[in-house]
Amino acid sequence: MSNDSTTSSGLNNRRSTVNRLSAEKVTLAYDQRVIAEQLSVEIPDNSFTVIVGPNACGKSTLLRALSRMLKPSEGRVLLDGQVIQSMPAKKVARTLGLLPQSSIAPDGITVADLVGRGRYPHQGILRQWSTEDERVVQESMAQTGVAELADRYVDELSGGQRQRVWIAMALAQQTPLLLLDEPTTYLDIQHQIDVLDLCAELHEEQGRTLVAVLHDLNHAARYATHLIALKNGRIIAEGAPNDIVTAELVEEVFGLRCQVIDDPETGTPLVVPAARKARTEARVAATEAS
Amino acid sequence: MLVDSPPEQRAETAPAPPTRRAIRGLGLLASVLVLALVAVASIAIGAKGLSLEQVWHGLFQDTGTYGDVVVDERLSRTVLGLLAGAALGLSGAVLQALTRNPLADPGLLGLNAGASAAVVTAITYFGVTSLTGYVWFAFAGAAAVGALVWFLGGSRGATPVRLALAGTAISAALYGYLQAVMITDQAALGRMRFWTVGSLSSATDSTILQVLPFLAVGTLLALGLARPLNAVAMGDDTAKALGANLNRTRALSMLAATVLCGAATAACGPIAFVGLMVPHAVRSFTGPDLRWILPYATILSPVLLLGADVVGRVVARPSELQVGIITALIGGPVFIFLVRRRRTAQL
Amino acid sequence: MKSNRVLRTPGGLSLRLDVRAVTVVVLLLLAAFAASVVLIGTGDFPIPAGDVVKTLFGNGDAGQEFIVNELRLPRVLVGLLVGASLGLGGALFQAVTRNPLGSPDVLGLGQGATAGALVMIVLFSGSAAQVTLGALVGGLVTGLAIYLLAWKQGVHGYRLVLVGIGVSAIVTAVNGYLLTVSDIVDATRALVWMTGSLNGRDWDQVWPLLAVCAVLVPLVLVNARGLRMMEMGDDVSNALGVRVERVRALLMVAAVLLTATATAAAGPVGFVALTAPQLARRLTRSPGPNLLASLCMGAALLVTADWASQRAFGADQLPVGVVTGVLGGVYLLWLLVTERRAGRI
Repeated sequence: MSNDSTTSSGLNNRRSTVNRLSAEKVTLAYDQRVIAEQLSVEIPDNSFTVIVGPNACGKSTLLRALSRMLKPSEGRVLLDGQVIQSMPAKKVARTLGLLPQSSIAPDGITVADLVGRGRYPHQGILRQWSTEDERVVQESMAQTGVAELADRYVDELSGGQRQRVWIAMALAQQTPLLLLDEPTTYLDIQHQIDVLDLCAELHEEQGRTLVAVLHDLNHAARYATHLIALKNGRIIAEGAPNDIVTAELVEEVFGLRCQVIDDPETGTPLVVPAARKARTEARVAATEAS
Repeated sequence: MLVDSPPEQRAETAPAPPTRRAIRGLGLLASVLVLALVAVASIAIGAKGLSLEQVWHGLFQDTGTYGDVVVDERLSRTVLGLLAGAALGLSGAVLQALTRNPLADPGLLGLNAGASAAVVTAITYFGVTSLTGYVWFAFAGAAAVGALVWFLGGSRGATPVRLALAGTAISAALYGYLQAVMITDQAALGRMRFWTVGSLSSATDSTILQVLPFLAVGTLLALGLARPLNAVAMGDDTAKALGANLNRTRALSMLAATVLCGAATAACGPIAFVGLMVPHAVRSFTGPDLRWILPYATILSPVLLLGADVVGRVVARPSELQVGIITALIGGPVFIFLVRRRRTAQL
Repeated sequence: MKSNRVLRTPGGLSLRLDVRAVTVVVLLLLAAFAASVVLIGTGDFPIPAGDVVKTLFGNGDAGQEFIVNELRLPRVLVGLLVGASLGLGGALFQAVTRNPLGSPDVLGLGQGATAGALVMIVLFSGSAAQVTLGALVGGLVTGLAIYLLAWKQGVHGYRLVLVGIGVSAIVTAVNGYLLTVSDIVDATRALVWMTGSLNGRDWDQVWPLLAVCAVLVPLVLVNARGLRMMEMGDDVSNALGVRVERVRALLMVAAVLLTATATAAAGPVGFVALTAPQLARRLTRSPGPNLLASLCMGAALLVTADWASQRAFGADQLPVGVVTGVLGGVYLLWLLVTERRAGRI
């Protein structure tokens, strides 16, 4: 999106204050299956952090832990210096929002109603629908470009529209921190870019801290101010995309031989996979060597 | 009982690796052995215990001794258990594949309700009192409801959800009728309360002969459906893309399940849980390939049914507990164990 | 389209009302009241509706007063309260399991209560009060067992349904056994109980029901907003600050208590818990669990069914459960036809 994104991340790295969201030596596991051990992560404030890595490397699991969906079996996740599990649920929900990978739109709900549900943490039994709620919902729908769909049923929308409605719901939560789990999956290229542009806008113009899991390395390199490369539950590299995305890193993390060139549009790194022939030759050479 | 089927029923089209196939083959062989053991136990154990020689004598050198008479009686009971068990397991497995619902059992499609309503009608309005007399009514009731469910479910356009809904709806109405009749006719209640728990004690050679042809046809039909049902298990679109004839497979599966379950229920009353649990348990061992599930279910279901029958004869000596009660008492906890063992992600 | 009205006070308080839902609730309450009046007037001594209303408000003659207040009113009140509890309990179960068929019948609560009642009837030839107590204990123990067995780092809706089916199969077997060992008089009594009946219910059944409803209904309604969020999946509702596990546990306990008390009072009346929430939803046309509308729908439904069974078969010939069972079947068939036309299934 913009060239100055890299400098802002540089600023973040130099900050000495403690960041709002971090994980300290967490061990993450589902039942007995351990996904990551002793993993520590800092989310720089005011960054657009993107987590990348091959399938099953623990990206989404890490995001779930950061958003308190998954309780670490060891270690802790800190939000504003407090263990996130020990904080009142609504207080966390006013600070940190999450767009999960799978969410269910209730039957027969309209767009405006669904977005309105994002106001839940700001409401109470005697404060069910304030003018502020109304304003924020309108604003969120306008920002995501779904305002004209307000009275439509969510079931009738296309995949791209639906994803924007869900993002609008997360926006209506009005949290300074927003976590997104693969927000571009199942969208066509135009809608992918739309969603990412929207994220960049939220980050730059509203100063929100964003953390996203993305599949597309080139999208990540273009939009992120801070990139975390994960493999087998360990951080291989982190930092500004321009500093860390190299052919060696891509090969190490994804096992893919490639060239990294400058994106002609933005100057960010652009990963170009090596041709099939070159990769086959390299594989043969590698097997012979071993 | 309508639940989203978890994505565990994905049939695998690739052949299993040789070792796994060998293990499954051996397992099938072992199952047959277990079944033989249980069958012998079913003849030997009861109010009067018999030694193995007595069993042998009664089976192959029948000279009319007291032991031989006992063997004769228990033999028809054991044969009925074998046949009915196999039929129930097979029909359960077919229904689960057809409705893509791992919880489908004959009760879900209203077959039990149909059989029960027909039997109560026979008792109250036709004065039928013998167990052999119930058989035709029960079978006709189950078959009629099977056809009705198929028709209401949309026949050619039947989907798993519609079939389940139609079955539940018809069951509801029929159970209302059943209760109304039993409340007003005490004699009917007196008979029905024994019939509805399900029992093998009604077994006579004539009962077996009545249902045998249906069971034979149903079994052959069901076993032949393994391959097309494998395709259906992957979803309508994929099945069509694979060239499976969806409508024909559905119609034949429904027919096979109705005939099998109807005949078994007609002979023994509605026996709970065998058709639900055995295919479910088998699947956790064989994986989703129906070419293995169906034979395993055919062999292991009678193991459960006969085993339960033996237990029922032993625990309450000198009287006995009906087999339908024991299958649920054994099957229920095992089922819950299986449910709990599975990881959440798969549920 | 949606018709939300918002009431705001200068102090920053605000209430949001769905006009259609409120209308539906009011109409259902009127319907329940009308059905109650007609039901009170029905019997061996028919009383005109006008006299019933007059007597209810304390202006009737002595003879009618006795028939209305002592004989027929408690039965109708039990019907209303049982219907309301089952409607609300059913709506809660369906919302928590996210399954339109997740009713207490499927989960085995009805069978559990039946087991408790049958033990009392068959083994101890217990009095009506003992049967009620047995059913209550049976229902609660079953509910607790299902919840504990389904618990594994939280309770998953699908696992809850599965465990419920397993438990209900076991309990059904026990019930079948108890019926086979009973003598025929007890068996008939048991069967009438198992069908669900309002026959002979008096003030003794009204008070406990009323107490349970008075505590649980407000508690449930206070938590309804959290439940509404949970429709969108556990992750979204967690992210919005709903304590999903806690709300779910609380509402499950409430649903079990409501269903168990109702079942103890009238027997496992079939299908009210299943159909009331679905019918309510179709009337309000609003997403969410529609708790209040389901509650009113359950009450109206049960009293109407009781009236229908008395009109169709004569006083106390057939228990109300027979009618609700048949109605349930018809409803499901109707669902099948209309949903098909709408192309949804």
